[in-house]
Amino acid sequence: MGIYLPIAEMSVNVFVLLAMGAAVGFLSGMFGVGGGFLITPLLIFYNIPPAIAVATGANQVIASSFSGALAHLKRGTLDFKLGTVLLIGGIAGSAAGAFVFALLRAIGQLDLFISLLYVVFLGTVGGLMLVESVNALRLTKGGVPPALKKSGQHNWIHRLPFKMRFRTSKLFVSVIPVLGIGAGIGFLSAIMGVGGGFIMVPALIYLLKVPTNVVVGTSLFQIVVVSAFTTLVHSTTNQTVDIILALVLMIGGVAGAQYGAKAGQKLRGEQLRALLALLVLAVALRLGFDLFVKPQNLYSLTGVSGLL
Amino acid sequence: MRAAWLAVLILAAAALPARAQEAAHPESIQIGLSTDRVAITADFSGADLTIFGALENADPLINRQGRYDVYVVLEGPARPVVVRRKDRVLGMWINTRSETFVNVPMSYSVATTRQPQDITDPNNYRQLSLGANNIYMEPEDKRDSPLTIQEFTEALRERKQATGLYSDNIGGVQFLSQSLFRATLHLAPNVPVGTHKARAFLFRNGIFIKETSAQLAIVKSGFEQTIFRFATDHGFGYGLFAIGLAMLTGWLGRIVFRKD
Repeated sequence: MGIYLPIAEMSVNVFVLLAMGAAVGFLSGMFGVGGGFLITPLLIFYNIPPAIAVATGANQVIASSFSGALAHLKRGTLDFKLGTVLLIGGIAGSAAGAFVFALLRAIGQLDLFISLLYVVFLGTVGGLMLVESVNALRLTKGGVPPALKKSGQHNWIHRLPFKMRFRTSKLFVSVIPVLGIGAGIGFLSAIMGVGGGFIMVPALIYLLKVPTNVVVGTSLFQIVVVSAFTTLVHSTTNQTVDIILALVLMIGGVAGAQYGAKAGQKLRGEQLRALLALLVLAVALRLGFDLFVKPQNLYSLTGVSGLL
Repeated sequence: MRAAWLAVLILAAAALPARAQEAAHPESIQIGLSTDRVAITADFSGADLTIFGALENADPLINRQGRYDVYVVLEGPARPVVVRRKDRVLGMWINTRSETFVNVPMSYSVATTRQPQDITDPNNYRQLSLGANNIYMEPEDKRDSPLTIQEFTEALRERKQATGLYSDNIGGVQFLSQSLFRATLHLAPNVPVGTHKARAFLFRNGIFIKETSAQLAIVKSGFEQTIFRFATDHGFGYGLFAIGLAMLTGWLGRIVFRKD
């Protein structure tokens, strides 16, 4: 069954979109990620113009993250103060990202930039995760219990000025890296259409040493607001948010997430992380492949505004 | 002097019967659209558009011999288009050169009675600028080398044909009776919205006789149009609505599949 997307101005198969949403929802439920980093490339592979894929991806991320953030709010594993500081950086980053987005679209290099960012970030994060989880798997196999994170260990980040106390996270840290992480992820959110959880979570754990139980809730809170802001910026400046496309993806995603969460409970943490790492690497490779292999069509058409 | 006279006389004599015949049979062509607007609805996945038409004062003899040909074109609204070319830079395929064309018909569907080359010769098509290969694509920067402009013009046509926006339906015009014909044109799933112009050209024995045209508005249907309008005219409100919808979906999803 075809469905006409009023903003993308094209007709697509609604079942393909539902399946896409459900598959990504399944994975996001299983691994506890927003899934934006999967939905945007999938939409691009499905010939949705990248500009629309990115803006709509950001819109779709809100739904899954909001649902997760509510759960964490109820459990009290959400650090509002830390989340707000991250947000201030995030909104600045997102605004800058939307500006760069419009600029790149005008000179015809947007697709390239999106692909490059995906390859670099997914490749790095996927690679690191794979190494870490394979090591953990080998250790547990050898009978050695996985080493716990040494708390109280400080790095250069903790020597920066403008310190602030975050009670829920039991943290006393400079606001500079917090704002920086927020801004970086806001920037990526605007250009890649991702929530940024896959970067935010490791950054909070490894750089700021935020307790793991608070990380996910706080990251989800920040993602909801930054994605909302990104959606707003894109809909005002570029008019590239396709609400029908987003809605179909969200419906598939919400349903898929439930089954994914159940499947996730059956797997061990290291196994989950290794699988997620492989998935992330696969997406990075697929996008990288497109960059380096001679495309079928050397020529492409765009309207002057950048959209066909 | 005498010889010249004679030549003129012969010419006039030769021209006379032809003109008399034309005066007796001023063939003309009419087309009618069953609707003057096509609405694109949520389940739109391309469509065939049928245009009916009639020949007036057709010569029955020529008609029986099947020597009347009709060439129907549906031309979409013109918009500026940028054609970009990818080249290998540091191993990666990157958009490098580009050429902007100012007035490119977004779509161009053709239906003909026969193969275009059997209807009339290429010169006539060129003079009428008829057919996807004969429409003039005006480059924005005319100082670019003609070779480059030609390369990008060809690429533009090729891309349009590959995406189905420029299409040919040979045999798509069928005579239903001596004077009545029906033309079937393909509308691509991504047909542009706007005012389209339908034109029909009548040829007799390969000679262009008459042209007629009608207008067709392709619009998004009520719901799709409302969304599009909302998104373009009230981007901020549309964004807020999209956010609200996403939050509602997330919240509903949590209630429907409540686990904690």
